[in-house]
Amino acid sequence: MKLPLSWLKDYVDIDVSIEELQKKLFSCGFEVEEVIRFAENVDKIVVAKILKIEQHPNADKLLVTQIDAGKYGKLQIITAAHNIFEGALVPVALDGSTLFNGEHIYNGELRGLPSFGMFCSGEELGITDDYYDGASVHGILILKEDYPLGAEVKEVLGIEDVIFDINVTANRPDCQSILGLAREVAAVLNKPLKMPDLTYKTCEDIKTTTEIKVENKAFDLCPRYMAQYVSDIKIEKSPKWMTRRLASVGLRSINNIVDITNFVLMEIGQPMHAFDRKDLLDSSIIVRRATDGEEITTLDEKTFKLNKNNLVICDKTKPVALAGVMGGLNSGIKDDTTEIVFEAAKFKRDNIRKTARALGQSSDSSSRFEKGIDAYTTEIGLNRALNLIDTLNCGKISSDRYDLMEEKLEEKVINTTISKINSVLGIVVPTKDIEEILTKLNFKVEINGDDIKIIVPLYREDVDDYPDIAEEIIREYGYDHIGSTLLETSKVTLGGKNKEQVRTDNIKNLLCGYGFNEIITYSFVSKKDYAVYGLDENKEEYKYVEIINPLSEDVNIMRTTLIPSMVQVVINNINRKNNEGKLFELAKVYNPKALPVTELPIERERLALGMFGNVTFFDLKGVVEGFIETFVGEKDVVYKRSELSYMHQTRSADVFVEGVKVGYFGELSPKVSEKCGTDKRIYVAELYLDQLKDLYDDKVIFKQVSKFPSIERDLALIVDDEVLCQDVVNVIKKNGGEYLESVSLFDIYKGNQIAENKKSLAFNLVFVSNERTLNVEEIDEIIDKTLKELKTTINAELR
Amino acid sequence: MQDYSVIKEKAFEEIEKATSSAQLVDLRVKYLGKTGEISLLMKNMKDIAPEERASFGKVVNELKTEVESKIQEKDTLLKEIEFKNKIKAESLDITLPGKKQETGNLHPLNIVKNQIIDAFTGMGFEVFEGPEIELDYYCFEALNIPKDHPARDMQDTFYVKDDIVLRPHTSPGQIRTMENKKPPIKILSPGRVYRADDDASHSPMFHQIEGLVVDKNVSLCDLKGLLNKFFKTIFDETTEIRLRPSYFPFTEPSVEVDVTCSKCHGKGCSLCKGTGWIEILGAGIVNKKVLENCGIDSNEYSALAFGLGIERITMIKYGITDIRTLFANNVKFLKQFERR
Repeated sequence: MKLPLSWLKDYVDIDVSIEELQKKLFSCGFEVEEVIRFAENVDKIVVAKILKIEQHPNADKLLVTQIDAGKYGKLQIITAAHNIFEGALVPVALDGSTLFNGEHIYNGELRGLPSFGMFCSGEELGITDDYYDGASVHGILILKEDYPLGAEVKEVLGIEDVIFDINVTANRPDCQSILGLAREVAAVLNKPLKMPDLTYKTCEDIKTTTEIKVENKAFDLCPRYMAQYVSDIKIEKSPKWMTRRLASVGLRSINNIVDITNFVLMEIGQPMHAFDRKDLLDSSIIVRRATDGEEITTLDEKTFKLNKNNLVICDKTKPVALAGVMGGLNSGIKDDTTEIVFEAAKFKRDNIRKTARALGQSSDSSSRFEKGIDAYTTEIGLNRALNLIDTLNCGKISSDRYDLMEEKLEEKVINTTISKINSVLGIVVPTKDIEEILTKLNFKVEINGDDIKIIVPLYREDVDDYPDIAEEIIREYGYDHIGSTLLETSKVTLGGKNKEQVRTDNIKNLLCGYGFNEIITYSFVSKKDYAVYGLDENKEEYKYVEIINPLSEDVNIMRTTLIPSMVQVVINNINRKNNEGKLFELAKVYNPKALPVTELPIERERLALGMFGNVTFFDLKGVVEGFIETFVGEKDVVYKRSELSYMHQTRSADVFVEGVKVGYFGELSPKVSEKCGTDKRIYVAELYLDQLKDLYDDKVIFKQVSKFPSIERDLALIVDDEVLCQDVVNVIKKNGGEYLESVSLFDIYKGNQIAENKKSLAFNLVFVSNERTLNVEEIDEIIDKTLKELKTTINAELR
Repeated sequence: MQDYSVIKEKAFEEIEKATSSAQLVDLRVKYLGKTGEISLLMKNMKDIAPEERASFGKVVNELKTEVESKIQEKDTLLKEIEFKNKIKAESLDITLPGKKQETGNLHPLNIVKNQIIDAFTGMGFEVFEGPEIELDYYCFEALNIPKDHPARDMQDTFYVKDDIVLRPHTSPGQIRTMENKKPPIKILSPGRVYRADDDASHSPMFHQIEGLVVDKNVSLCDLKGLLNKFFKTIFDETTEIRLRPSYFPFTEPSVEVDVTCSKCHGKGCSLCKGTGWIEILGAGIVNKKVLENCGIDSNEYSALAFGLGIERITMIKYGITDIRTLFANNVKFLKQFERR
């Protein structure tokens, strides 16, 4: 919200500095986002009289002038402008001066003759016709009044202004106007507020109610609709004091009637509309919902097809305005308009917003309605518009009006206690201060001991209860009065993370210990990934939740696997010439319970690992094994070749614990890496933490470490190349019996000493008992039995 | 007796000349071994007159001891030299780089998240994590954000259905907790949140932590006290905070909380745009309507709530200026945050 200091001063005497005012506004909840010092930089542009004009001897288009710049003396100026004449008063930018746009002007030479400055246009001073007649002409600004020669132009014209750009919070629509902010400034500076004049003369014999008919058929969308007829309208230019005010907030003058509606919008905060009475068929105004398919062409000549969600203002047969957004082209103010109907209304903000959004049509008026208008402002807005008609003497005002309201306006009354108000703040504000603060904010206050009765001003629709009052008090009393306490009367609570959360921390610590760095990636991915990764969106686990309004196609669905995001990070790192990396992300995937989505999706915790650089499948497997072991302890873990579309078919595995799939890992399919733009090998794992947590047993049961000596045996077995290590181990374990403590692979050999298509696997077996020393014979027996089964089942030979 | 001194002299000379412990071992065999020269002397005993045998034996034994100790002495000396040589030969350039034991670390956002959680759990807060895809009711309606509030516009919130959204803040955590728990309540609700915004200071996905205290007589002073303590923990002891009026539909009064700039300590710098203060979070006394929506008697209990952006605190703490750096996950970036 832009607040020009010059305008603010109409309502409040300001006797503090700009900085002080800014600070005060900040402390009471109005952050000044920017202080625009309009034309502050304009410098050394002075009033001068043109004494003589001659043709430049060396240039057809240039003129040589002699000027009198008062105390700056008589100077020669060369110019290309031709709207000047001898005796004219003009602004001259002298040597070392600064124009509105920041450019500097210096003495110079034009076609062989010296020039000691430059004549200025209105634009070069930052002004238009709305500010000073002639300022918009293409050429030099000719000054009409007899200003002293050599005087700074910005001073004699009063161009300089300070404009506060204020962040008004959504709860204070009443401050979306100069008057609204002036009320706050007056309160915070402890100054009286000078209300704008709301009075006007009427003509007894002219009656709105006999001239026109007004009907409100949509109180739900339009809680208050006021209309007043004005006759004998003279469409003219507005006076300079008015156009200057409008210019200071960036509005262009159109004509007196349109300017009055804009002035009221800015000053009072009430959007106004003026209909040309002769365009209203049957002299009727009907507020109603549009019928489906009904059309309107707005003032800017755009045509819209409407539906029953749009509120329109109609005459007997057709819409004449899109309520709160823009008037119709068919009923606007024209040069020959002689009678008007002023509309001031309160339209519901959500309806205006929806209409503006749906149609892609907005205006100063609609954005004001979207913030919220109170019904009180509607009334003073209309009064002010009529006052301005009167002031500008441009019409005859009828003596009555339509005021269609569903409920009568009533001031809210809050009955509460001083102690309740103070309990919100945690401090005791002296009752005297409470009374004073509320009074200067226009609340009416009656205090009786601890009881307080507060009557809320009509424009404060945001104030309902004692916490609101507490806020009003503290923002004026000062937040620096709030002390620091630590819940002194509160009960002790036992804080901390729960088991699950601690478990998550432990998982992350483990991975950091393995040398993995945590990454965080977006939860949304692209539908396009499904084609790259060959994911089947009909499969239950890949059904996805789609975002209705994504930022782009790259982030339009909620992910069902973490792998594409991990791969993308790996690729980015490879492209950044990072040679290696170990990464993890712990995040959720999202699976809809049904499609289309009807209820909240299932959110499952997943862990993704990613490795690239000098690593192998077994580096990753080692991490996966270690990780899973921390969850499932000694439960059997089974690895099966993975059939996932995006994994390397012979270098990836699914992991099962007790028959439940808990994840997969391995090398990313070279096809996928290639599509993603790299020929490097990428290793990834995705582990299902929700499943693993279900398997997790946090009870540690102590096992006696045996006091008896163990017996070790090494077995080097020659098997076919295709035989999986896991199958050999299974046979060993099956035959090992209760004393087999461990089986570990310590060597794999392929080469000259054994047949082609064969490999040698060497295992170390440790046998031990808790009760006794084992004897060699019983172990030999076990080994024999094992070897026999290995021979018959997988054709393994002892090497 | 001549033999003794000759043997002794010869032995001593040979021992003296020895240059390795291996030579000493040989000398020991030569003189003291079973068939060594001194042992052989003993075998001559039978040729000695019986009355001289005692003194003969004594002399030979003395000789044996002397040679033994001479060998010992020399051995110690040689071992010392050999040890020195070995150490010298094994010399390493200890300025060569060590074999690095790579450890990883958490993402900076989670390092900061943990610090925040630790600060509050120490003050009796529990941690509650709600769903990221959330009902409109929990994100808006229950938080007193009516249907016509600008925050509900499509451009801010991602929708998956008319009444299901990607949560735009962690505030639903307040509601879900209050619906299921009786006061006193002290919770933190951290997590991912989503808004349709993407530039150097906004990311469509970011992280927040919502804090909530519900008890009797909870006031603005308690809010200030808690946050004061918290920011001293997360930045440093000299950090001060200030409250100023603001507006959120779910709190009344609502405040914006500023902290003294951690870079210039209030003097004014580029980080705080010369003001000495940095806007850090929104907070307030929970709106009575919100408590009532959760079935908590607003006449008996009051509540304070605050919501802070983890990205913002992380960026201030580490001097990161572009939020997108946090989500690029460049290994060189990530490794800078090793835990100390």
